[in-house]
Amino acid sequence: MALPKAKEDATVARIAGLTRLEGAGWLDGAQADAITRLRAMGMPGRRDEYWKYTDPTSLASVDPVPAAVFDTSDEAPIFDGIDRLKVVFVDGVFDADASDDLSMEGIEIERLQDVAKTDIHWAKDLYGVLETRGQNPVDRPLAVLNTAFATDGIVIRATGKAAKPVHMIYLHKSDSSDAILHHLVKVEEGAELTVLESGPAAARFNQAMEVEVADRADFHHIRAQGRDHERRAVTHIFARLGTESLFKSFTMTANGVMTRNEAVIELTGDDASAHIAGAAMGDGDFHHDDTIFITHDAVNCESRQVFKKVLRNGATGVFQGKILVKAGAQKTDGYQISQSLLLDDDAQFLAKPELEIYADDVACSHGSTSGAIDDEALFYLRSRGVPAGQATDLLTLAFLAEAIDEIADEAIADEILSRLEAWLTRRRG
Amino acid sequence: MLEIKNLHVKLEEEDKQILKGVDLTVEAGKVHAIMGPNGSGKSTLSYVLSGRDGYEVTAGSATLDGEDLLEQEPEERAAAGLFLAFQYPVEIPGVGNMTFLRTAVNAQRKARGEEEMSAADFLKLVRAKAKDLKIDADMLKRPVNTGFSGGEKKRNEILQMAMLEPKMCILDETDSGLDVDAMKLVSEGVNALRDENRAFLVITHYQRLLNHIKPDVVHIMANGRIVKTGGPELALEVEENGYADILAEVA
Ligand SMILES: Nc1ncnc2c1ncn2[C@@H]1O[C@H](COP(=O)(O)OP(=O)(O)OP(=O)(O)O)[C@@H](O)[C@H]1O
Ligand SMILES: [Mg+2]
Repeated sequence: MALPKAKEDATVARIAGLTRLEGAGWLDGAQADAITRLRAMGMPGRRDEYWKYTDPTSLASVDPVPAAVFDTSDEAPIFDGIDRLKVVFVDGVFDADASDDLSMEGIEIERLQDVAKTDIHWAKDLYGVLETRGQNPVDRPLAVLNTAFATDGIVIRATGKAAKPVHMIYLHKSDSSDAILHHLVKVEEGAELTVLESGPAAARFNQAMEVEVADRADFHHIRAQGRDHERRAVTHIFARLGTESLFKSFTMTANGVMTRNEAVIELTGDDASAHIAGAAMGDGDFHHDDTIFITHDAVNCESRQVFKKVLRNGATGVFQGKILVKAGAQKTDGYQISQSLLLDDDAQFLAKPELEIYADDVACSHGSTSGAIDDEALFYLRSRGVPAGQATDLLTLAFLAEAIDEIADEAIADEILSRLEAWLTRRRG
Repeated sequence: MLEIKNLHVKLEEEDKQILKGVDLTVEAGKVHAIMGPNGSGKSTLSYVLSGRDGYEVTAGSATLDGEDLLEQEPEERAAAGLFLAFQYPVEIPGVGNMTFLRTAVNAQRKARGEEEMSAADFLKLVRAKAKDLKIDADMLKRPVNTGFSGGEKKRNEILQMAMLEPKMCILDETDSGLDVDAMKLVSEGVNALRDENRAFLVITHYQRLLNHIKPDVVHIMANGRIVKTGGPELALEVEENGYADILAEVA
């Protein structure tokens, strides 16, 4: 089917405005193929159903809207206190000097453009593969664009229990940077890996991560987006889970004029678990969208989606979450909750929770709510001497607790909690 | 200590007068009880004193040690020494009981310009007080009142009172929902706090509680007013004959 003229023009212009890596071995072919797919699909437009609540214009435009570098020197960089292997990118370019030595017991870490020159490499069979699978039943053109034009990325293979987390730190130094990163992760049978991500990355950031979690493997992902206000980011996680595997992803977002985080997860082995959670806090010019698609395609799998947003001062939160249970995926246990706490009248939350079930022996539940601080609880706290502002913060953190509880590691959960607390405290002055 | 004069209160949202001229003085060191039919305004009085939204004071005053209570925020009243044990304690999922208690204790200390209590001191104190009230470690860890039984909630109110050491304690039907043993525990908790610088206003429907917590004065509230005041014998009279005689007498 031919694209509408305007969409075709926008797509041609976007592609023309980008440069690909040169001489990047097998990556050349994979990227050329993605460009072909992108031409056929077209860039996202305001009228696309999947972009009903979020305007993709600034994520899809030829040039990024400039974004001032945000000073966060009033607090220590997040995860600083946690023993981890640092992988640093500056405006989307890997910085070897700022990064740790990329070697660690239990894992192999390489740079995408380096492995592309190795003809026989597992990464070749993953690059763009899960992303392509994730294009069905809805188009995700910004992910195709990522596959086509990623200029950097990290390739991680865990063969055992990784000694410490791998931490991707995305620094932002240029007001007009437009970064496209593509990471590949393979957690081999029985292996365990934790990936941390943090930092504003660029004026505009398009990031994709394809994650293959093999049988009985565990993958943990904790991401901290914020506190910069002008950032525009679109991220995609594509994951495929094997038998008895565990996938856990948590994202904290503080501020950001435009953020869309998509996750597309397929449970393909029996007895697998996928948990995906988010705690987002927005004040003022804030638009935050979580778009999740979980497919159950095996027996006795469990999935949880827990998304909480605290919105004030005109901030907008969006949640689109779907659980698809395929025929034969019996004994599926699916749970989805999306909630917003509106701290004033002009904040808004738009939610589209969906269930599509083709198996008969499943237990799926979903719920979505939007509400204000509970007056009764607030009075109770104040009657015990807790000042109104502090009481509101306590109740706000209580609201977020169910999402934070999804983080398995206690030290990391504490770090996230302290950032959320600090965000609230700063707003109380 | 607590002085209420001609207090008139209506609902903010509705044209409904609930308190119609309450006069009540509670002296330091004393225990006063309020009894009265359902809907007579007892809880409303306790809420208005502690600063809950939704009420409008149309006339009268209430002071604590001479300070105007009605002008203050709820947290200021608490820091000034006012405490209300709720008739229906509120469940707060997501806020740990311990965190809540510690935040409250330290917020009050801070408001009074005192030093905050250290984590270690706090823990020691809360454990000791919880033990007296047979509140186990699990209840301390759980979210505030969430999933607590009726009796557990009431004991948790008394624990908060014991930790906060207020000078004016209002207990709104703290006895309802308590079994016989819990009633004894709670009464002992209250009696342990009795001293010459502290006063209690105990709202109850039953004489039984007053056997444990011996009141100095008993008031009968009806239709938004204190209609009769007497000694402990007044509570016995209510227990025997109900309110009909008293109401007829004052009508
Ligand atoms: N927020 C409110 N909205 C409507 N009516 C109210 C409200 N608060 C109090 N009332 C009414 O005011 C009257 C007094 O209520 P209150 O709870 O003070 O009585 P009480 O003496 O404590 O009764 P009980 O012994 O049953 O606890 C009742 O008729 C009650 O329905
Ligand atoms: Mg009452």
